[in-house]
Amino acid sequence: MSNLLEINNVVKKYGDFTALNDVSIHIPKGSVYGLLGPNGAGKTSLIRIINQITMPDKGTIFLDGEPLDPKHTADIGYLPEERGLYKSMKVGEQALYLAQLKGLSKSVAKKRLKYWFEKFDISAWWNKKIEELSKGMAQKVQFIVTVMHQPKLLIFDEPFSGFDPINAQLIANEILKLRDEGATIIFSTHRMESVEEMCDEIALINKSNLILEGKLADIKREFRTNTFQVGLHTNNSKEVESTLKQNFNVLPPDFKLLGDELTLNVKLKNGQSANELLSFLTSKGEVQHFVELIPSANDIFIQAVNKNS
Amino acid sequence: MSKLNLIIQREFIAKVRNKSFIVMTFLSPLIMVGMGFLVYFLMKKNNEKVKEIVYVDNSGLFSKDDFSDTKTIHYLDFTNQGIEETKKKVEEGNYYGALFIPKKDSLELMANSIEFYSKDSPGMSVMNTIENKIEQKLRNEKLNNFGIDIAKINASRIQTDIKMYNFSGEQSSKLVNGLKIGVGAIAGYFLMMFVMIYGTSVMRSVIEEKTSRIIEVIVSSVKPFKLMLGKIIGNASAGLLQFLIWGVIIFILGTVATSLLGIDMAELQTTNLSVEQLEAAKKAAEGDKMQLLLQEVFRLPILQLFILFIFYFLGGYMLYSSLFAAVGAAVDNETDTQQFMLPIMLPLILAVYVGFATVINDPHGPISVAFSHIPLTSPIVMLMRVPFGVSWGELALSMGLLLITFVFMVWLAAKIYRVGILMYGKKPTYKVLYKWLKYKG
Repeated sequence: MSNLLEINNVVKKYGDFTALNDVSIHIPKGSVYGLLGPNGAGKTSLIRIINQITMPDKGTIFLDGEPLDPKHTADIGYLPEERGLYKSMKVGEQALYLAQLKGLSKSVAKKRLKYWFEKFDISAWWNKKIEELSKGMAQKVQFIVTVMHQPKLLIFDEPFSGFDPINAQLIANEILKLRDEGATIIFSTHRMESVEEMCDEIALINKSNLILEGKLADIKREFRTNTFQVGLHTNNSKEVESTLKQNFNVLPPDFKLLGDELTLNVKLKNGQSANELLSFLTSKGEVQHFVELIPSANDIFIQAVNKNS
Repeated sequence: MSKLNLIIQREFIAKVRNKSFIVMTFLSPLIMVGMGFLVYFLMKKNNEKVKEIVYVDNSGLFSKDDFSDTKTIHYLDFTNQGIEETKKKVEEGNYYGALFIPKKDSLELMANSIEFYSKDSPGMSVMNTIENKIEQKLRNEKLNNFGIDIAKINASRIQTDIKMYNFSGEQSSKLVNGLKIGVGAIAGYFLMMFVMIYGTSVMRSVIEEKTSRIIEVIVSSVKPFKLMLGKIIGNASAGLLQFLIWGVIIFILGTVATSLLGIDMAELQTTNLSVEQLEAAKKAAEGDKMQLLLQEVFRLPILQLFILFIFYFLGGYMLYSSLFAAVGAAVDNETDTQQFMLPIMLPLILAVYVGFATVINDPHGPISVAFSHIPLTSPIVMLMRVPFGVSWGELALSMGLLLITFVFMVWLAAKIYRVGILMYGKKPTYKVLYKWLKYKG
């Protein structure tokens, strides 16, 4: 699969402060790409460069094979973390204005807005002013404004903040649907559970540097510790546990089961396979629970950032 | 539609729909015309009240002819009643005041011992009128004593009116000079007001986009420079519309009111003028004088004036409003703007002061010339000078300087604007602004 966005060796400085230091990321077409990093890592700087709000000091950026150019603003939709609309402007007028700024004609914009307003069941708001709406309502309008010109690339910075769980799910579904329809999505967030749910690939930026990039599954594989949660029904727990300790690395359990089974976390030693552990366990009793501990995005985030600091 | 047009349109509509704009547009002409009429009626009421002044002339020099009644002052001869009785009557409030002319040996002594008694202190114009009458009478008396024929003196009075020419053979008069001062002053003052009102309006609009945080969405669609330009033009269009509406309303109200209430416009204009000014105006109105004035009005380079007005108006407004936009971008809220406002307001106010203080007296003097070339003051000062005729060389230099400064300032402002709109939380200093200028793209 080819890349929609290629960012090569981008450097951005503000005076003496380096916001981005030689960052290169490649975003495949049709993916949901998680852009992660602690506060102040440089995510917003990168997003602003992609949006051509600021220019990089060094480096090149290609969108769909072409060097990034002002005409590409129509191909990008951007939902900034700090949301905002003109408070005293009517919802409909405002949406039309922003759509036209993205290059849509008035008639097309009207048609698309009608579709989205009906879909989100907010047609009645057309003539209301933004200041009359609740925060969540304004967020819905802003989401529509971001996506209505059907851009190739959508950038969402913390898209779920300010939404209740029901509306957050609604938005998450819409984002995935947009990806299925062919859009590429950059998704910047601190909420790691939504990264698990949505992202195909991730990049992790810390202190202006890219410290991790790739498919989420690959990264997880890289970060796996070969640790298993084990639940065993046995009459002789103590003996089993001590034998286990001789053959494997045994850790205290980080989970609970319903019964009185022996629960442990077991980490394989180098060269051992999961099957060796499993056959050992089956010989000692009835296996109730056997799950590999896959590092969560959250674990990876914390580990990588701590290692980098 | 181009993005710039879209922005201009939005800014214009946002401004025009604003309640305070609508109220200001339609209410202020009403207030202005209303105030005008209020003042007129009060003045008329004031003038309708006839002041009765009684006089006791012990010198026997004055006759009733010397104290001829006017529309507002009537004179009554109380010489027979004596000074004490007269004073009492005035004190009781029956008359406006009592004039006492004692008998003295010489006219000089008499001139310095005339007294006026009144309950309240008399108005300046009343005293002037009385003093004039007495001076004239005493002067005539003296001339008589010298054996000089007053009729001859009167016949010998002559009036000069120096006709002023320049070397292109144009003739002018003092009255036309007054007209030129008026045209220039109105243009300069108008520009200052416009810059102040609509410059701050641009600034507010920038701050609003910043605080509502929509700015990031907008600049992901358009270049900040275009947004700034759109704001400046949009606000100016709304401003021009407002001034146009004001003009039309005041004209209509004025016409309707004067015809309805039967107010004589000529009277309205002359109520404030003193007797001498009235005389002068009457004389000017006579025959060929009036024609000369008209000729000269038509000979004023109206097209040139108009073009220059447009140029300096746009140049001045754009120059200042881009600075206002930069200030708006640099701060988070309006209270933080003050430290940056002063350096912008200062040249503007200076220009108006220079204009009124020096251009009127000496339109081609060194100070006027200098300030009509310094770009931050030139729009106002040059606009005031232009009606007096400024050479094309000077104009070209001044316009060129303004243009260069304008381009430079807009570039500078755009740089600050571009960085500032995305900066929050810090109250910027001049040092910070200077740092922003060095940021790349």
